[in-house]
Amino acid sequence: METQPAPTTAKVRAEDLKVFFGSKQALLGVSLDIPNRQVTAIIGPSGCGKSTLVRAMNRMHDLVPGASVQGRILLDGVDIYGPQINPVLLRQRVGMVFQRPNPFPTMSISENIAFAPRRHGVRDRDVLKELVRDALERAALWEEVAERLDAPATSLSGGQQQRLCIARALAVRPEVLLMDEPCSALDPIATTRIEDLIHTLKRDYTIVIVTHNMQQAARVSDRTAFMLMGELIEVDATNRIFTSPSDHRTEDYITGKFG
Amino acid sequence: MGLRSRLRLLGDRLMLGACALALLIALVPLASILFKVVVQGAPALSWTFLTSLPRPPDETSGGFANAIVGTVLVVGLTALIGVPLGVGAGVYLAEYGDGLFGRTVRFLAEVLAGLPSIVAGIVGYSLVVVTTGHFSALAGGVALTFLFVPMTAITTQEALKMVPRTTREASLALGLGQASTAMRVALPSALGGVLTGIMLSVARVAGETAPLLFTAFNNSFWPTGPGQPTATLPVQIFVYAISPFESWRQQAWGGALMLLLLVLITNVAGRLFWARRRRFMQGH
Amino acid sequence: MERRAAAEGLSSATLPEARRPAAPRGLSDRSFRTILGVLAAALPLMEAVVLVELLQGSLPALRTFGWHFLVGRTWDPVAEVFGALPFIIGTLLTSAVALVLAVPIAIGTAILLVEYATGWVREGLGFLVELLAAIPSIVYGLWGMVVVAPLMRAHVDPFIEASPLGWLPIFGRPLLGLSLLTAGVVLAIMILPIVASVAREALLMVPSEQREAGLALGLTRWETTRRVLLPYARAGVFSAIILGLGRAMGETMAVTMLVGNTPAVTLDLFQPGYSMSAVIANEFSEATTTLHVSSLFGVGLLLFLLSLVVNSMARMLLRGLSHAGTR
Repeated sequence: METQPAPTTAKVRAEDLKVFFGSKQALLGVSLDIPNRQVTAIIGPSGCGKSTLVRAMNRMHDLVPGASVQGRILLDGVDIYGPQINPVLLRQRVGMVFQRPNPFPTMSISENIAFAPRRHGVRDRDVLKELVRDALERAALWEEVAERLDAPATSLSGGQQQRLCIARALAVRPEVLLMDEPCSALDPIATTRIEDLIHTLKRDYTIVIVTHNMQQAARVSDRTAFMLMGELIEVDATNRIFTSPSDHRTEDYITGKFG
Repeated sequence: MGLRSRLRLLGDRLMLGACALALLIALVPLASILFKVVVQGAPALSWTFLTSLPRPPDETSGGFANAIVGTVLVVGLTALIGVPLGVGAGVYLAEYGDGLFGRTVRFLAEVLAGLPSIVAGIVGYSLVVVTTGHFSALAGGVALTFLFVPMTAITTQEALKMVPRTTREASLALGLGQASTAMRVALPSALGGVLTGIMLSVARVAGETAPLLFTAFNNSFWPTGPGQPTATLPVQIFVYAISPFESWRQQAWGGALMLLLLVLITNVAGRLFWARRRRFMQGH
Repeated sequence: MERRAAAEGLSSATLPEARRPAAPRGLSDRSFRTILGVLAAALPLMEAVVLVELLQGSLPALRTFGWHFLVGRTWDPVAEVFGALPFIIGTLLTSAVALVLAVPIAIGTAILLVEYATGWVREGLGFLVELLAAIPSIVYGLWGMVVVAPLMRAHVDPFIEASPLGWLPIFGRPLLGLSLLTAGVVLAIMILPIVASVAREALLMVPSEQREAGLALGLTRWETTRRVLLPYARAGVFSAIILGLGRAMGETMAVTMLVGNTPAVTLDLFQPGYSMSAVIANEFSEATTTLHVSSLFGVGLLLFLLSLVVNSMARMLLRGLSHAGTR
């Protein structure tokens, strides 16, 4: 349940969202506003449904046999589960970065980034080159790889690969960027760089980040939502949630009593 | 340590020895075959052998040249028909194989992979030789296709299944559809495995004799095209091996060595190719 | 769409306008699935074609002989009497011999490679065993004729005859070396790799926790293997054996060159015999009368159905294994 109205227009709004895997219900009617050009963190113990919620926002559940979604998710006021919405086009507006870096193994660094724009119709070589450079700069990776854009993407370190995946997602020019525990497979230094990156990115993109690391949520986000067992318990400005949460369950989680 | 424990440990040692012995027994025939084929076949491998047409047994100038070309022709025909079907079926199974149709196709592929080769031969005869009225390389190619397609479908599917789910998810999350993801991300990633599967299937059908006995049949002359009967390496080896002529039997060994080399090299090359491709993908 | 404000230090001079999302180029998902589905339909189609052609070809013989085709002991092209029993028996006997010899060795090899060997030793030895599978059957036939048959005739057969085993009715009079036994021996070597590799897969699928549980209880490696792992991998090992059986039944060339090609109904392994695949290979080109050809088709149909049943059983066992997960 929300405790405060959203401060700016909601870019993405979930309305009474329920997700089922077969007969098992993973999300129990979640309603949440994601404000535009801000970072919203979703925290909670494992199994609480945070990944499920976020994956509903770019319709990744469409690919899971037996999964069904009820309720609405509005992107700029339009329900993305509406009958006339093409999920493939949706995912060009709502991008995703995954827990483990997953660059395309057969492609080089620049090919990884140019791949989706090329499929979406950009053909001009020079435009693609600029696009690759721009994406790498936005992901704070350009300087490290400028000399070896043709090297296999898998030759990068874990942290660099994740930034490559961010660059790749940005190259498609999404409006919203979903990040599902993007740092959990990375070392602390790589994590810090990505957190700095998020600070920069939020000027241009709406970001939703799922994290099991509360300190990370506190560092990086403007608003934080706490979930437990498929329900949204509380959502508020980050500093308020971490200093004076309204719900005792939130408090218990934050102080480490469980999770 | 009591007697019982000592016996148990002894038993353990003995069984290890028995298993090692089993492995050894399995490898002895391998060594014997390789040795025998090389020793008997090498003397027969001369320039004449590789470039001449068959001659009667009393003449020394005969060769297996037309059989070698014939095998290439027939296997080529098989690959032409079989690769699109096999790879297409394999991709279907990997992408959509969970539905009823998919499960049926998968089951049939596995069962058909065990088709006795002689049955493939009489089906090829019945389908092509009877309809066209004569033996032909094409009939041989069609017969071999019944063995080639199931094998290729299975290996293609397995290669595609090895692409990690998260790689596909990355492509889909970038706004690509299933077709683009399959063709431009999954298939290139799995390409080494798919090609290896094709090479292994080629190696397997190249060595088959039974399906060709009454389809491609035999011929003492150069193959003229898919519409005529042709000599092939396995059939020629067979005919010469059971003949009463010493000179022909000698040549049979030469043919066997050639066939063995052909098959083993294709097999090994396929696996090496896959290993190298995998190293690139892991970032070396 | 508003243009993205460039953050400091990032170049954005010549970037294209933010686009409205466009439909991806290339094949639509639906046509992709249809095209692939058509290609995949080749498999059921092939299966149907095989069945139809075999039925069509064997109809005359089946109509003439009816059930007697299966149990008739006489196969006489001249008198135009065709009973397939000698070949059925021959196929079953040679396959049985092959299984009896190959299964213990294959399982022993699989156990060695999975439980005791590691790293490149495992890979290398496994590769060598796989190599046995790559050898064409005509080469096995040739090798069998020149190496195994004389060996059997000169040493092995007399040895068996002289030993206590010689009292068994399956070991009668040793003859030429071209016999059901010889064919069975070479068949055993040919099916070894498939039984070993499927058994190996089955053992590899046993979760290591099971292995650790056994060892932690103080069992020796062999005891763990025998009492924990093999029972757990039971289904996989059975299917390995059945697949080996299927392969042995379908094998043609090696058997043709080694079995003696005599259509007799006999249980004496030292006797020459025949098999379903061998008779087709030998007589098909020469068969002149419709009834003869049709009878050979009938034998082919029998062989096909037999191998269909055997392979289906094996695959269903394997399928059950992967679905069940445990046990």
